[in-house]
Amino acid sequence: MNIFTRAEFLLNITRSQGIARRYFVVNGFDGALTMLGMILGFQFSASTPLSITINACLGASIALGVSGVSSAYISELAERRRALLKLEEAMLEDLHESAHSEAARWVPIMIALVNGSAPLLISLVILSPLLLTHAGVVLPISPLFLAIILALIIVFLLGVFLGRIAGTSWLRSGVQTLFIAITTSVLIFLFTSN
Amino acid sequence: MIAVKRVVLDVLKPHHPNALEFCQALSAVIKGSTVKVTVIAVDEKTESLEVSVEATLIDFDLLQDVINKMGCALHSIDEVEVKNEPNS
Repeated sequence: MNIFTRAEFLLNITRSQGIARRYFVVNGFDGALTMLGMILGFQFSASTPLSITINACLGASIALGVSGVSSAYISELAERRRALLKLEEAMLEDLHESAHSEAARWVPIMIALVNGSAPLLISLVILSPLLLTHAGVVLPISPLFLAIILALIIVFLLGVFLGRIAGTSWLRSGVQTLFIAITTSVLIFLFTSN
Repeated sequence: MIAVKRVVLDVLKPHHPNALEFCQALSAVIKGSTVKVTVIAVDEKTESLEVSVEATLIDFDLLQDVINKMGCALHSIDEVEVKNEPNS
């Protein structure tokens, strides 16, 4: 059994695929909206050097990633241990050598990685125009404006993904999440552009 | 050589892995085996199974190891069929 089949098996016996999927969307959405908020904040502020914008956004992305990994690991470890204990009580058996015990150790790590990597990777994608400009690549439009467009596209795609999971209209779901991002942008504009 | 040809076991299993996955895991470790799993009773967290394994040669320790690794408990051996085969 290769590592991916094994990981799939462990997620399957603990019925954790749904949890990983949910964490990916929830924390990915957090990452996208945080980056959108920060970039809009810089956009509406007086001219800030690109390196400061990048450092602030990268700092927030790393914090989101670390927070995602640690919070999911701690909470999932507690949940998996509790589930294993309940199962051992029901089975009247020590399941130490079983796949369930292995799952109690590995599933929290897998879920933590999904939870931490989603906001980090999404943030890096949104920041890519800023990083490219910083590296000397000339973009046709302002990197901050391009990053805002990327953030809105990613938020829309997360909505589409949710719609496909729920089996409802992907377009409606995508527009709903996009509406949330636009409302956030309007609120940021109202509170910061004075 | 005394070869175990058939065993019928009483096994307690958590709901996951399901009966099909459990059956496939048992069959995968015994060459040329036919495994039949019957769910006798379903509880809140567990299922009682009647597991019948038939093969030319059953390695019982291996079978028990897989049962334990899948998080199941072997309650009893209800039927056994062995054959004394002359060494070839």
